Amino acid sequence: MVPEPTPQFAFEPSPAVPGVAATEGRPIEGIGPGRAAWRRLRRNRVAMASLAVFLAIVVCCLAAPLWADQVAHVGPEENNLTGKFERGGKQLYVVTPPPQTKPVGPGWSGRYLLGADKNGRDEMVRLLYGGRNSLFVGFTAALITTVIAVILGLLGGYFRGRTDVVVRTIFDVIWSFPVLLLGIALGTALSVGGLHVGPIDIQGGSLWIPILVIGIIFVPYLGRPIRGQVLSLREKDFVEAAMAQGDGPLRIMFGELLPNLASTILVFGTLIVANNILTEAALSFLGAGVQLPAPSWGNMIGEGVGLLSTAPHLTIVPGLAITLTVLALNVFGDGLRDALDPRARVRLR
Amino acid sequence: MARFAVRRLVHMAFVLFAISAVTFLIFYVFPGTNTNAQVQRIAGRSANDVTRAQVKKDYGFDRPFYVQYARLMENTADGSLISYTNQTNVRDEIVRGIPATVSLVLGAAVIWTFFGVLFGILSAVYAGRWPDRVLTVLSMIGISLPVFWVGALLLYYLTDRIELFPPGGYVKLTEDPSGWFTHLILPWVTLSILFIGFYSRLLRSTILDTIDEDFVRTARAKGVTENRVLVRHVLRNALIPIVTLFGLDFGAAIGGGAILTESIFSLQGVGQYAAQSVGSLDLPPVMGTTLYAAFFIVVLSALVDIAYAYLDPRIALES
Repeated sequence: MVPEPTPQFAFEPSPAVPGVAATEGRPIEGIGPGRAAWRRLRRNRVAMASLAVFLAIVVCCLAAPLWADQVAHVGPEENNLTGKFERGGKQLYVVTPPPQTKPVGPGWSGRYLLGADKNGRDEMVRLLYGGRNSLFVGFTAALITTVIAVILGLLGGYFRGRTDVVVRTIFDVIWSFPVLLLGIALGTALSVGGLHVGPIDIQGGSLWIPILVIGIIFVPYLGRPIRGQVLSLREKDFVEAAMAQGDGPLRIMFGELLPNLASTILVFGTLIVANNILTEAALSFLGAGVQLPAPSWGNMIGEGVGLLSTAPHLTIVPGLAITLTVLALNVFGDGLRDALDPRARVRLR
Repeated sequence: MARFAVRRLVHMAFVLFAISAVTFLIFYVFPGTNTNAQVQRIAGRSANDVTRAQVKKDYGFDRPFYVQYARLMENTADGSLISYTNQTNVRDEIVRGIPATVSLVLGAAVIWTFFGVLFGILSAVYAGRWPDRVLTVLSMIGISLPVFWVGALLLYYLTDRIELFPPGGYVKLTEDPSGWFTHLILPWVTLSILFIGFYSRLLRSTILDTIDEDFVRTARAKGVTENRVLVRHVLRNALIPIVTLFGLDFGAAIGGGAILTESIFSLQGVGQYAAQSVGSLDLPPVMGTTLYAAFFIVVLSALVDIAYAYLDPRIALES
């Protein structure tokens, strides 16, 4: 998985080289590794289709307020236990009054397109807003993971010795923690009373709690490969050259080493976002992630499971949304790896 | 080797210590779980100051934090850890959950290893052709499914609706072997799906990596049959990463990592016990189950490192 550091500049062949004479001494346009990877990626139709699907999902979720205002005329957290609405010219109960108390199912109407949940909330609106929350948690947590993992990995791999022992131990401790258990413990502990440390002031129901929890528990999954890669990269000549030039450690770490880690970070980053969405769903399902009444795909399933016999779509639809999103990200991540790692071409033939 | 063993043991002990310290800190620092919150939870919301002070004294919350931590660890070590909320012994509860967790994980491990390896080999042998395509699609879907969602749907549609399988719960193997088996089929399937996907993807790529190696070409040049090349030369090497991954996954699952599957099917295993105690923010069982789980993860990663060095002599243990 360790890509060779590739020179970033264009070749300037000397005119004396036979066979190059045709270019009349003009420098040959080289393509950088990024451009080359992008070309390979563009040829991978499955990966590009997954990217398109994923972007479509993101756009839909971002448009949630538009749907809520213009089509459904109801917010994601508004209960409606006694009201009626119009579908196909008929007035229907949002939730059939007791003794049945059955929420309305999906049907062709702007309001309650996917039916209602047990509190009479519009399921379509919740699905879109829930997707926003799930995606936001997934992305932001991945960003936190990446920043921490890259800094720790660079420090450990570059300085080695004691620093590395500390970094490795941090990774080992987080790694050996039972992930879901740690997530639930932190999530539950924080959502009860929030977190107030100095300038940080997080309320109990805040989205930042699952974000921080998920961001921290997956640090070793990216940090370990990064550290390993830095460890081998720092032996290369270009690092020695930078040292000889008098560059300091910070400049070498972030100016020389970091660009060489880009492909690892990109590939792992994509897969970590996918993984985060699954983890957020699991935590929210168990009540330790996004807190009700705020919607997320995970807690929507958690709420829907109790109504499987009367309203199975409340469970099925958010689950499909998770699966589709995660699948698109996983397939795209795979394609990205094949594109960034030229060895993969040999592998597939 | 002896030096490696000692260093590894010291490291393991330190990791376990750090995990217990972090768990304790979570319960000491956060406003929702700190000493006051715990006293409140034990004494009840309507308790007066006298009762609260009494609880604080009885449970040792008035002592400095390191004394509290030391007492907690002492009780964990000698098995006398008692839950704050329902006064049950934590060790007894964990021991009671072990048969269900072990049954679930052992069965699922057999299924996921068998199908993971089978699909991985088929995918690699037919690389680029339709069996590979179908298996790739299936395994990509497998690793993208939310486990709890699959479990909930299987449970509802196959037990409530068509009554193909008995409803959730765990039946002891010693009491009713066939009931044990039928009750565990759905949990096994639910837990395996994700791993089958991961293992077949990984094995496919390691086989395709190994197939290009010189020793495989040499074997073919010697006239070794294609099946024998695959089994004796390629698989032997390609399976090494699978062995490592298996060790880690198995350790995590036995340690209670199958929380979602256990909870959905209410198997009353260690994972479900852990989830319940974390949900009620009950420090002693959380500490007990976390250390129990971490112990398995730490021990199995050490075993994996040793197995790795044994299977692949190019890797030295000392480094």
